[in-house]
Amino acid sequence: MVAEAAHIDERLEPLLRQVSDPEIPVLSIMDMGVVRYAQLENEQAVVKITPTYSGCPAMDVMSVEIKAALQEAGYEVDVELVLHPAWTTDWITPRGRAALEDYGIAVPLEADADKSALMGAKRMVECPQCGSNNTKVVSAFGSTACKALFKCEDCLEPFDYFKCLK
Amino acid sequence: MQESLYNYILGIADNCLILGQRLGELCGHGPSLETDIACTNISLDLFGQVRSYYQYAAKLKGGDATEDTIAFLRKERQYRNVLLVEQPNEDFAYVIARACYFDIYHELFLLELMRSTDETLAAIAHKSIKEVRYHKLFSTEWVKRLGDGTEESHQKMQQAIDDYWPYTDELFQPAQVEKEMAEAGIGVDITKLKEPYYNALKSLLETARLEVPDNPYFQKGGKQGIHTEHMGYILSDMQYMQLAYPNMEW
Repeated sequence: MVAEAAHIDERLEPLLRQVSDPEIPVLSIMDMGVVRYAQLENEQAVVKITPTYSGCPAMDVMSVEIKAALQEAGYEVDVELVLHPAWTTDWITPRGRAALEDYGIAVPLEADADKSALMGAKRMVECPQCGSNNTKVVSAFGSTACKALFKCEDCLEPFDYFKCLK
Repeated sequence: MQESLYNYILGIADNCLILGQRLGELCGHGPSLETDIACTNISLDLFGQVRSYYQYAAKLKGGDATEDTIAFLRKERQYRNVLLVEQPNEDFAYVIARACYFDIYHELFLLELMRSTDETLAAIAHKSIKEVRYHKLFSTEWVKRLGDGTEESHQKMQQAIDDYWPYTDELFQPAQVEKEMAEAGIGVDITKLKEPYYNALKSLLETARLEVPDNPYFQKGGKQGIHTEHMGYILSDMQYMQLAYPNMEW
């Protein structure tokens, strides 16, 4: 993953950190790992973002909000969408994972474990409400492209699980 | 070369567009809330992939072309999608049969497209395959569940598998532009995907306790723009807004 680290100028970083995912407001786009590049080039802020899923409607909103946040700080801005390398849930930072859990969204498992959990073969997704592993997949596709719908069989609460994408 | 590449991209993208449109028809009409959401999620993924392809195609074409003019302002004969993806939803078994026939192909196809010498196509393939693996998981699991389910679900799944079987072979019949692009190292040699495709399909049908159809008669024509009677209805629905209110945005 080191080779794929994002290049972010430290003057732009705190400004970008204020922009959040419109579908998951507790999660900054920085912690989401969608900002791959943010540098000042000839007085202009050039920001490159990558979509989580191809059809993610949140990308347009993020792009507008990035522009607004940087323009407010006095920068000319150019936001570009890049596809390669493709986004992976590994790019969600530890801080981002903690924010997801606090918000009630279970964090992605490793790829193999993710597959068995979504197939209902193994119970390993932890309920973000009560911490039980006694959880069950309701549907592999949830309220947004990046999530699956789960149910906890102990506290009986339904919850979203952020699917592993590699 | 530019013209061929443009046509090649449309061929790939049109499959995703028309299947996405078909799955989108289930919005609010799925057999259960979960399957409804799943089908429309998959539809959204496909439209996202389509946008990447059409944006690239529009750039190659230049002039006034945009992703929207390519999607909405072509005539039926100019769409290059295979006949499979335009087949109607009928009942849920047909939705699943069509999806699994396409998803297995789609994954194999993207695995090869990832190696394209064209960087943009390779990047789109890298992105899309992650999504398509979830699509395939959904459709193939449903084939097993329905095939190996009740007597009625088994019978319906078998019927759908039989009825859409004749549309599978076209996936592996290269159009002229596909041959040209494969030779140039840009496109995928789809003839090589045929064997792994039918092997995967046969093993899936076996697991699902379904019979592999032995019908040797196959349909083709979509890649040449000769579509089934369903295509006109799809387009009149999909293009309605742009034709009635040109350049409309919201």
